[in-house]
Amino acid sequence: MPEIDKALVLKIYQNMVTLQSMDSLFFEAQRQGRFSFYLTSFGEEAITIASAAALSDDDMVYAQYREPGVLMWRGFTLNEFANQCFSNDLDYGKGRQMPIHYGSAKLNYATVSSPIATQLPHAVGAAYAFKMDQKPLCSATYFGDGATSEGDFHGAMNFAAVLEAPVLFICRNNGYAISTPAHEQFKGDGVVCKGQAYGVRSFRVDGNDALAVYATVKAARKMAVEESRPILIEALTYRVGHHSTSDDSGKYRKGDEMHHWKTMRDPVVRLRRWLEGEGWWDSDADQQLRAETRNEVIAAMQRAGPRMKQPLANLFTDVYDTIPSHLRQQEKELRSTVARHRQDYPFDVPL
Amino acid sequence: MLGALSRNRPLLALLRGGNGGDKAASAALWAASKRFMSSDNTITVREALNSAIDEEMSADNKVFVMGEEVGEYQGAYKVTKGLLQKFGPDRVLDTPITEAGFTGLGVGAAMYGLKPIVEFMTFNFAMQAIDHLINSAAKTNYMSGGTINVPIVFRGPNGAAAGVAAQHSQCFAAWYGQVPGLKVLVPYDAEDARGLMKAAIRDPDPVVFLENELLYGESFPVSQEVLDPSFTLPIGKAKIMREGDDLTIVTFSKMVGYALKAADELAKEGISVEVVNLRSIRPLDRETINASVRKTSRLLTLEEGWPQHGVGAEICASVVEESFYYLDAPVERICGADVPMPYAANLERLAVPQVRLGSVGLYGSRVKKRCADACM
Repeated sequence: MPEIDKALVLKIYQNMVTLQSMDSLFFEAQRQGRFSFYLTSFGEEAITIASAAALSDDDMVYAQYREPGVLMWRGFTLNEFANQCFSNDLDYGKGRQMPIHYGSAKLNYATVSSPIATQLPHAVGAAYAFKMDQKPLCSATYFGDGATSEGDFHGAMNFAAVLEAPVLFICRNNGYAISTPAHEQFKGDGVVCKGQAYGVRSFRVDGNDALAVYATVKAARKMAVEESRPILIEALTYRVGHHSTSDDSGKYRKGDEMHHWKTMRDPVVRLRRWLEGEGWWDSDADQQLRAETRNEVIAAMQRAGPRMKQPLANLFTDVYDTIPSHLRQQEKELRSTVARHRQDYPFDVPL
Repeated sequence: MLGALSRNRPLLALLRGGNGGDKAASAALWAASKRFMSSDNTITVREALNSAIDEEMSADNKVFVMGEEVGEYQGAYKVTKGLLQKFGPDRVLDTPITEAGFTGLGVGAAMYGLKPIVEFMTFNFAMQAIDHLINSAAKTNYMSGGTINVPIVFRGPNGAAAGVAAQHSQCFAAWYGQVPGLKVLVPYDAEDARGLMKAAIRDPDPVVFLENELLYGESFPVSQEVLDPSFTLPIGKAKIMREGDDLTIVTFSKMVGYALKAADELAKEGISVEVVNLRSIRPLDRETINASVRKTSRLLTLEEGWPQHGVGAEICASVVEESFYYLDAPVERICGADVPMPYAANLERLAVPQVRLGSVGLYGSRVKKRCADACM
């Protein structure tokens, strides 16, 4: 167990609570129709926050979509999360992505890409680049249990092993891929045995134990960087929430199963009890933190929601590095159409 | 280049020797040596590609090559010959057999800032990686709000070869040409191959570079300028290979050679054909195409790929939209037959355009007939 100081564990806990708060309120906002889609990390807060705490901020992260905790740890603000979900004028993605498809070049978090497991070979490519540059860094890629069925999982694992690339493959085995339970996803013993087949050193950890996740990722990162090799970590956990706002998981799992994990096995509660045991936290501090984070999340939404949307010009930019003439022409044509039909043009999209 | 110079010496010595020997022999030697001594050189498309990649790898450490058999085997079609020996295994990677794996890896490396050249043994196999080409490479700059560039080149043979049947013969120009975010290049001769490859490697956007297996071994004369390491061609500009007044044939890749041969034959019958070598499917040089059609008033598109939604369909649409009143006849497309490519040599010949088809005269005579009709 590595040395962990009080400040670090408290920061981990506070981030986990903030993530829960953001998830609850943003989920409700989607249900109210304020944005089109949302996806929560309920039950998996420890994996993303504690693992991010064990990485270096310069390690490149290639996430699936259930890892905003990593971004949050690195300093992505509630405003930045809200701007992306509301797709407003401050969205770094310039309004091109669905909600929760965050990205941040400055925080070394590659923009979320929807197809499952495609980020795994990307992470290997980045790790190979680190190796060629001889940088003491690794890339870390996150994915669920279902993603290990994809062809890209196979290609990435094999490559990482053959190239001896410093990649951390962090699997959130949360028991479900939308409605497909893990025992219908694969017949082997979970994900950890798959890594061994490729010659990749693999670990299994209790994903709901924040300190265990931290310790494992810390050790794994050291191995990956110092020995230039890939490591697979299977973090066992449970997806407490629905797959996304497009899902109603009550249709395929029992209420008491969800209830059990939510009440008896919750990673946030577990860490809280440990902190209280150390005398580093108490229920007053907890109430205060929850009230504060709730207000901050609401404030962020209230700031982000009414803002203007992305300007019309951003329909056409970034298709290529420099805008080609035919798109300039199309923009001109669009603007003249808008000028002729001004009354039909939305008020919140700047021209 | 070095190879060519070392071949010069015995010939030069013989010619300078000049001991009054056989004049005819000297003349023959002179004629043979002229191609080495003149300011024009002749190189194959393969040599053009190899030298372009070699020079760009020397100039920029970030450029590296990856694919099946590119290293030890010297390349399945020998396009990467000598590169492993020169640059080492860090920059010329022999990959396991997983197109999805190495394409994804290449895209990831490009996202980080390297400049990979990913070889597909044929673009037919790229279908196993096409999600990475489209969703991970083409769309990423846009979807990341301009924060993630993917300066990658995907290259390999495309389209029909000879006797390799349906799963090795598909032309993907129309598929990739449809995707915003990609640049799609289609070199024909050695000058195209050198200039476009260098431009592709230097370009910050993902480039799909569609070569042709049967062109690799073909030699073309190139000027000194083309051989210079700084030579590039602009992406998105077509080339008028041959000027003409009666008919515009717009085509790309191997079919450029066929169009030029057809133009020679038609010239004997008094029909003057202008041949436009697209060089680039996306961006498509609509200005050059339309300017040519406005001059000749007749358009024929020529491609080996399938007719429906093919490259010709887009060219015809562009011309009908922009130059309708200049047309003296309906636009025409010549394409491959709408079937998976058969294997048997006689069937394969019938499934792709030919300059002349002997007694069958199917496609060859269609060109002539249509030109003749159109020119009336």
